[in-house]
Amino acid sequence: MTSDDMTLDASPPWLEVDALLDDPRTRIVVCCGSGGVGKTTTAAALGVRAAERGRKAVVLTIDPARRLAQSMGISELDNVPRQVKGVDETAGGELHAMMLDMKRTFDEIVEGHADPDRARAILENPFYQSLSAGFAGTQEYMAMEKLGQLRAGDEWDLIVVDTPPSRSALDFLDAPKRLGSFLDGKFIRVLMAPAKVGGRAGMKFLNVGMSMMTGTLSKLMGGQLLRDVQTFVAAMDTMFGGFRTRADATYRLLQAPGTAFLVVAAPERDALREAAYFVERLAAEQMPLAGLVLNRVHGSGAAQLSAERALAAAEALTEHAAEGADAENLEPSGIVDHHNGKAASGTAGGPSPAAATDQVAPTSASAAQLAAGLLRLHAERMQVLARERRTRDRFTALHPEVPVTEVAALPGDVHDLAGLRAIGDRLALNSAEADD
Amino acid sequence: MSRLHVVSGKGGTGKTTVAAALALALATEGRRTLLVEVEGRQGIAQLFETEALPYEERKIAVGPGGGEVHALAIDAERALLDYLQMFYKLGGAGRALKKLGAIDFATTIAPGLRDVLLTGKACEAVRRKDKTGRFLYDAVVMDAPPTGRITRFLNVNDEVAGLAKIGPIHNQAQAVMRVLKSPETAVHMVTLLEEMPVQETADGIAELRAAGIPVGGIVINMTRPALLDNGDLDIAARGARTGIAKALSQAGLGGARRGGLAERLIDPLLEQAREHAERVELERTEHAELKAIGLPTYELELLPEGVDLAGLYRLARDLRKQGPI
Repeated sequence: MTSDDMTLDASPPWLEVDALLDDPRTRIVVCCGSGGVGKTTTAAALGVRAAERGRKAVVLTIDPARRLAQSMGISELDNVPRQVKGVDETAGGELHAMMLDMKRTFDEIVEGHADPDRARAILENPFYQSLSAGFAGTQEYMAMEKLGQLRAGDEWDLIVVDTPPSRSALDFLDAPKRLGSFLDGKFIRVLMAPAKVGGRAGMKFLNVGMSMMTGTLSKLMGGQLLRDVQTFVAAMDTMFGGFRTRADATYRLLQAPGTAFLVVAAPERDALREAAYFVERLAAEQMPLAGLVLNRVHGSGAAQLSAERALAAAEALTEHAAEGADAENLEPSGIVDHHNGKAASGTAGGPSPAAATDQVAPTSASAAQLAAGLLRLHAERMQVLARERRTRDRFTALHPEVPVTEVAALPGDVHDLAGLRAIGDRLALNSAEADD
Repeated sequence: MSRLHVVSGKGGTGKTTVAAALALALATEGRRTLLVEVEGRQGIAQLFETEALPYEERKIAVGPGGGEVHALAIDAERALLDYLQMFYKLGGAGRALKKLGAIDFATTIAPGLRDVLLTGKACEAVRRKDKTGRFLYDAVVMDAPPTGRITRFLNVNDEVAGLAKIGPIHNQAQAVMRVLKSPETAVHMVTLLEEMPVQETADGIAELRAAGIPVGGIVINMTRPALLDNGDLDIAARGARTGIAKALSQAGLGGARRGGLAERLIDPLLEQAREHAERVELERTEHAELKAIGLPTYELELLPEGVDLAGLYRLARDLRKQGPI
């Protein structure tokens, strides 16, 4: 790329991943983004890299793919960070990893904040059991709770956290506040002591309203469920203030300067739209955004050859090969169709077109077929490149201030430390090397 | 023949697109389908290039031969208020509950209530009949939560029925569960030919089966043509380099001699071919794994330019061509 291009191109600033990981002031890195963009893998790769660069890091994952979890030695879901073996510790760092057990985390809060009798009453309550087993919001809340605990323990100098696979990537920001405010809110008080709400002035009117309300609730939920909820609420009463306080504390922790949010996305329209939304939301919440990780970006070693030229050349070669084959009494269109037919099925095995023509056509025709195939493949790659570039540019135009790092696509999935290390290298490629 | 089609899949596999294409595919020859969204993302509106969907069933597309696709974005809070209104005539009390935060509470953290409301509304649409006693919708297609949560989402009614042992919530939960576990329902899984989505699909299907929820088919989305495979690469490896260089040169891409433009293209082109072949190989393995699950599979090609309205119709046509789903 020439310097002219540099000034014309609205390239975003590059995200300096190593600088971020090496900075002792960075204490928490939160990876967020929509489903299926590689959040968990990114979080794990950052953990490995940070540890191998000398930091004592812990990765908190929410729902890792089985083999990835196994590669880090956390196939057991025991809610305790485990040291990851096989990480290079010569720089003085180490890596721990844990998988969130949301029910266990909830139970621990209860056990830690209520006397044994009360704790048992809560843990045995059917309403609590369902709530803690994971309904909307619990997972998000518990992830943030665990993050708060890890940070408070001060045992690690870097915590990398993966966010839950939410229906919307933003849920984890809202869930703690919501759960906190509900458990601490008006409605719970009504359930517990209907007559207390309202103060003197509106007492009479409200009482009528309240008894109608509890009557309705009882009708709706069935008396037994309402009683379960009331018992649960009564048992939890002393902890409510605590819930609110903790949710607020976690929220402030996320806003603190030691926290860095990384928005992870794939170079696709929907994922980047979600990423843009996320960037705006983080700004609104005054959460510190470090940058965008653009995963699975394609490149080409032959980028000087455009898709159009490659396709035109492929056409010419196919015609040439067809003419050659025609001489052998093969229909030219038959060859082309055969090729396309195979392409459409996507899975067809059998002899390749080049191999099939090998026997009937001279070698040059076979080489021409093969070259045409290579060119078509290249054209497809260049089209992907162009599309990814366009989507990225759209994001960059909206948010030119957000630093970006691009991670080149790997042909397969990552499920060992070597793979995570490779991703880490790609994450940290600095601008000078990565610039095309 | 199923009438409630629940479409799930790992994040990023294109659930919403497939659900929309299925709703279109089923809306042939005067049939009417309802496409419902339960996660408040307005993905349907974006796909059909219309404004945000309200909490109201409205026609959003016409199928081939005069069929109709209607759409609804189910909102748990509104569904609960509707439900209270319908069964208890709770105009004012409903509002008071809302003011207190009870509705919010109920739809946000009350165990499973949110999910019961969402599935309940979809089941209600499945069973709804017009004046002549005919089903209002021939099929209801739900753009459902991702694989990781689908069984809990659908089975939540069992959970709730256990929690609320009597009363209307209990009854409602049981009624919904009867529909979800009947042959009227089919849960379809959308996947890509990649390791993680395929693994999640297999796990998800096992979970659904264990919960007694009927599984329909597997939709393999965004398939890409195999332009070259290992056989071709073998040929290249057997010393076809010179031939390829000549061919490239012949096609006007520069000199074939050492250092010539065409010659310099060979390494990067072969590297891309190797990556491609590796992917094709991986895809074949994943494909075999999916076949081994023993469910009907459907394939939808990747639309390189993304899915616009025209693309959606094309996917619907491709689905229809592959037989009844």
